[in-house]
Amino acid sequence: MRYDSLLDSLGHTPLIGLPKLSPSADVRIWAKLEDRNPTGSVKDRPALAMIEAAEADGRLTPGATILEPTSGNTGISLAMAAKLKGYGLICVMPENTSEERRQLLRMWGAQIIPSPAAGGSNEAVRVAKGLAAEHPDWVMLYQYGNPANPGAHYAGTGPELLEDLPTITHFVAGLGTTGTLMGVGRYLREKVPGIQIVAAEPRYDDLIYGLRNLDEGFVPELYDAEVLTSRYSVGSADALRRTRQLLEAEGIFAGISTGCALHAALGLARRAVQAGETADIAFIVADGGWKYLSTGAYEGTLDQASDRLEGQLWA
Amino acid sequence: MAVQVSIPTILRSYTDGAKLVEAQGSTLKELIADLDTRHPGIGDRLLEHGELRRFVNVYLNDEDVRFTGGLTTNLSDGDAVTVLPAVAGGAL
Repeated sequence: MRYDSLLDSLGHTPLIGLPKLSPSADVRIWAKLEDRNPTGSVKDRPALAMIEAAEADGRLTPGATILEPTSGNTGISLAMAAKLKGYGLICVMPENTSEERRQLLRMWGAQIIPSPAAGGSNEAVRVAKGLAAEHPDWVMLYQYGNPANPGAHYAGTGPELLEDLPTITHFVAGLGTTGTLMGVGRYLREKVPGIQIVAAEPRYDDLIYGLRNLDEGFVPELYDAEVLTSRYSVGSADALRRTRQLLEAEGIFAGISTGCALHAALGLARRAVQAGETADIAFIVADGGWKYLSTGAYEGTLDQASDRLEGQLWA
Repeated sequence: MAVQVSIPTILRSYTDGAKLVEAQGSTLKELIADLDTRHPGIGDRLLEHGELRRFVNVYLNDEDVRFTGGLTTNLSDGDAVTVLPAVAGGAL
C-alpha cells in the first residue's frame, strides 16, 4: 500500500480473527489492530481529525501552539501531527505516567507540563482548563469535548469495521474520552439493527480516584449513555491477565487497556455461547505493549505485575 | 440478602475507613437505604432527588447499574457492589 505521506496512511487497520480465544465457530472474537496507525495507537484518528477541524474553522493558524490534557497516546499523536504541520504542542500530563510516553513526546518536540498524580487525568483536565484561560492564544483541542474525536470514528473506524465484518453483533472498546464508543457506536447503530455497543472501563486503585469531594467528578462532555448497551468496570488484574492471554494464545502484543476490552469481549462471548446465539464480537486493540514495558506488566507472576501497576495509569 | 459493597476512599469517612462493608436489600435502592442506616449520611452522598448523583458510578458485579435498571436493579445474595466516583479516566 502506497501513501503520499505518513499522515495519509492513517486508518484502514486490519481486523484479525482470534481462533484460539473464540469459543466456537458460531461465537467469534475479532481484534481491530489500531496499533497499526502512524504513531502506534488509535488516537492518531481523533488527533488528526481535531487538528484538521480546527484548521478548517480558522482556530488553528500557522505557527500556533496547541494545548491538550493528555497522559499519553493522544499527546503522542498530536505531537507527530503538530511537528509535520508546524505547530507547537504543550501537553498537561499526570506525573504518574510511564517514562516511555514522556520520551516519545519530547522526541516529537512537545513540551510537558506535569499535573499531580493524585486525581489522574481529572487533574490534568483541570490544570489544562486553567492554562487555557490564562493563555487565550493557545488552542486547546480538548479531546473530551471535541466532536471531531467521535467524528473520526464515525467516518473511519465504524465503516471499516462494518466493511470487514458485515455480520458484527457486538462492538467493545475502552471507555476514556468516550470518542471511540460514541463515534463507532452511532455509526453501527444506524447500520446494524440490534448491535450491542459495550464499554470496558478501566478500574484503577484508590490513588487515581483521589478526589477531594464528589463534586470534582468528571464525565466527558462527549459521553451519551444512549449510545451504549452496557458498561463494564475492569480491574487491573483482569486487564493484565487478558493482555498476557492475547499474547500467549494469539501472538498479539498489546497494551494493557486492550486486555480491559478483551475481558469484556470474552464475557459477552461466554454469554452468547450460554444463550446458544451466534455472535461476531469486535474489539479495539488501542495500542501495542511497547510503551508499557517499564511498568513490568509482562514480567513475573500476575500478582507481581498487578502490584507494580499500583498507582499507575495503565490505560 | 447480604451484599458486599466496596466504598471509594472519598466516602470512607462514613464507614470508619472501611473499604468493604456489608448491607442488605433486594434492590439497589433498598441496599442504599440500608447502607445509610448503618452509615448515616452516606445515602445523601450517593443520591440526589432520588437518583444516583451525576458523578457517582455504581457497578453490580462489574456492570454499570445505569444499564441494568438503575436503582431498581435486583440484587442477589453474594453480589458485589462497587461504588466509584466518575473521573476522567486514565492515559488518554
